[in-house]
Amino acid sequence: MEKSTVSLRGKHVLGLKDFSPEEIKLVLATAKEMKQIIHRDIKKVPTLRGKSIVTLFYEPSTRTRTSFETAGKYLGADVVNITSGTSSIVKGESLRDTLLTVEAMGFDAIVMRHKNEGAAEYATKVVHHPVIINAGDGAHAHPSQGLLNLFTLLEHKGHLEGLKVAIIGDISHSRVARSDIWGMRKMGIEVHLAGPKTMMPRFLYQEPGIFVHDRIEDAIKDADAINVLRIQLERMKAGLFPSKREYARIFGLNDERLALAKDDVLVLHPGPMNKGLEISPYVAYGDNSAIQEQVQNGVAVRMALLTLTLTGGKDSEANH
Amino acid sequence: MKQIIKNGRVIDPANKIDGKFDVLIEDGKIKEVAADIKADDAEVIDASGKVVVPGLIDMHVHLREPGQEAKEDFASGTRAAAAGGFTTIATMPNTKPVVDNAALVRSLQKEAEMTGVTHVAIIGALTKGQNGEELAEVGDMALSGAVAFSDDGHYVKRAKTLLNGFDYLRAFDKIIINHDEETSLVEEGYMNEGHMSAMLGAKGRPTVAEDIAVARDIMLAEYADARVHVAHISSAKAVDIVREAKKRGVKVTAEVTPHHLTLTDECVDLRDSATKVNPPLRSQADVDAVVEGLKDGTIDMIVTDHSPHAEEEKDMEYALAPSGFPGLETSLGVVLTSLYHTGKMDLPTLISRMTTNPAKIFALEGGKLSAGSPADVTIIDLDKEWVVDDKEFYTRGTHSPFVGKKLKGKAVMTIVDGKVVMKDGKIIE
Repeated sequence: MEKSTVSLRGKHVLGLKDFSPEEIKLVLATAKEMKQIIHRDIKKVPTLRGKSIVTLFYEPSTRTRTSFETAGKYLGADVVNITSGTSSIVKGESLRDTLLTVEAMGFDAIVMRHKNEGAAEYATKVVHHPVIINAGDGAHAHPSQGLLNLFTLLEHKGHLEGLKVAIIGDISHSRVARSDIWGMRKMGIEVHLAGPKTMMPRFLYQEPGIFVHDRIEDAIKDADAINVLRIQLERMKAGLFPSKREYARIFGLNDERLALAKDDVLVLHPGPMNKGLEISPYVAYGDNSAIQEQVQNGVAVRMALLTLTLTGGKDSEANH
Repeated sequence: MKQIIKNGRVIDPANKIDGKFDVLIEDGKIKEVAADIKADDAEVIDASGKVVVPGLIDMHVHLREPGQEAKEDFASGTRAAAAGGFTTIATMPNTKPVVDNAALVRSLQKEAEMTGVTHVAIIGALTKGQNGEELAEVGDMALSGAVAFSDDGHYVKRAKTLLNGFDYLRAFDKIIINHDEETSLVEEGYMNEGHMSAMLGAKGRPTVAEDIAVARDIMLAEYADARVHVAHISSAKAVDIVREAKKRGVKVTAEVTPHHLTLTDECVDLRDSATKVNPPLRSQADVDAVVEGLKDGTIDMIVTDHSPHAEEEKDMEYALAPSGFPGLETSLGVVLTSLYHTGKMDLPTLISRMTTNPAKIFALEGGKLSAGSPADVTIIDLDKEWVVDDKEFYTRGTHSPFVGKKLKGKAVMTIVDGKVVMKDGKIIE
């Protein structure tokens, strides 16, 4: 890896809006090293020995929480999990007081997920010592997901600049879409959006480097990658689309639509999938799918983020 | 007892006065406004280099009493008012319990006399418990001195309820003040719907929610030939709708806040709920339109929508924090800085929007320096530069978006019924 003057030590990871292209490159390069550790027989390095990390999840999660926990453990850190159902949160403790409590226990990093946009930003105002890592705040940001998508693209395409990526589905409520938008544009990727207009933010077209399409076919055409977003069934109940059947027919990614993209198109999905709704099983498990790989890359990227923010990564012992 | 305010520039829009005059006060009433008044037995208040205006009026304040005294009460809220140069404020009824009966109106009038330092006009609820369905005892409240009626904080969803209110209140010549945001379009929303909310993933409150609400209320008022007052107007299109309605003779009036006159949704920072308010901070085009509306008279008055909350309520996740922030102590400084010192508005017009107009529209005693009027007077130092510090507020509220802002212009004396209640920013107890 190149000698880098960029350091992420002590930096809160709130959204990719706050990351420079150089910082993103540093994370991706570090993640590449980290990925090797996952393939080792003994998956344990002492990089974060003596560091403690708490995951504070106010929303249910399988892969993100487990991914951060695993990443911390592979690096030798102590990881504790707090979920809203089994903590003082059910007694009505405010986010502020919960944050102060975990800070007082000496944690070095707080990995948090919250249903409200800006919760992680707010946390940086409350605590002083720990690094805040946003693992998803409402529809705002999910930076580690944005980074793992970039990492997956880089691994397959060898470069990022000039790629065309389509993001399909519920853009309005998607923190993944917003993290992609920030991260991908910074790396020179063209972002094409499509989905039901009821779930497309009305004023997004004003943003440079973003192309909003009425039909998903137009977004997919000649794409290097397609990120299919999860559609929540509660959106149907809220009247944002009429039925599952109609969604699958008009907005679902199937073989026919996939054929409009480049031959080597990469299919991404943040999970968990509604197969047969936003994505057909054939596409989800097909040759172009990188969905399982994304999960593994997620661990690597989170190892990189934890290492870089907690140690700066300069004296990283990842290769010992 | 006599007092004389000497050597100031007196601006009294109601009497079309703007010039260097003395103001003579006797027994709590204005006695005379003239040049070089001789009154050797009067206590002299020197206003050299200052501007002397009728006591400022704010028709949209949340004093929070009864029930939410941790946010504010009559004692703290009227002191904040006096500190900001206000001599009359009107308090909104969305308290706990809601002010929806005459007994509560009378008890709040007493409370104002006992613990307040300014005049307080009481606005009653339009519907019982502000439920939006059944009319509250508005006639009884009107006879007890309620100055207007409002379900502020909520949109009156049922058109029939509002029409009933318009019809019923005609006999009492009282105005209904409406918070205009169509409910289904703003549910969950906590900032303006625009480019900023799209990029933040924040749930939006679109201007169209305000526009259709203002349009509906104006159509209903027009149909009933009733008076309607649009609270805290913030959308450019809503300003157009009011302008058109006034042209064809609808009895509509409107108010705007200092924050909607000066701030946009670009100020929103999810770390601090200080910018969270309903209606939300809009776009620059909307800001320009409300300033234009205030200038041309489409918008009749400036109000603060002073909405204090306890520190622990505002210090939380943006989406979960309550909307609103205190405004009484920053209002004059903000509008002088942004509208007067920039040359966007002349001083007499600006002052009329905080004195004459609200007094005329809501039939209040103050708002002018006519002989026999209550001696409610505000003395302003136009050039005083100061930085907003919420630690110096008299209100219990904090988290104002103007905290830390450098302002130019401030009230330096507030006189209520001839009594100096504030001098140099300090309340005289």
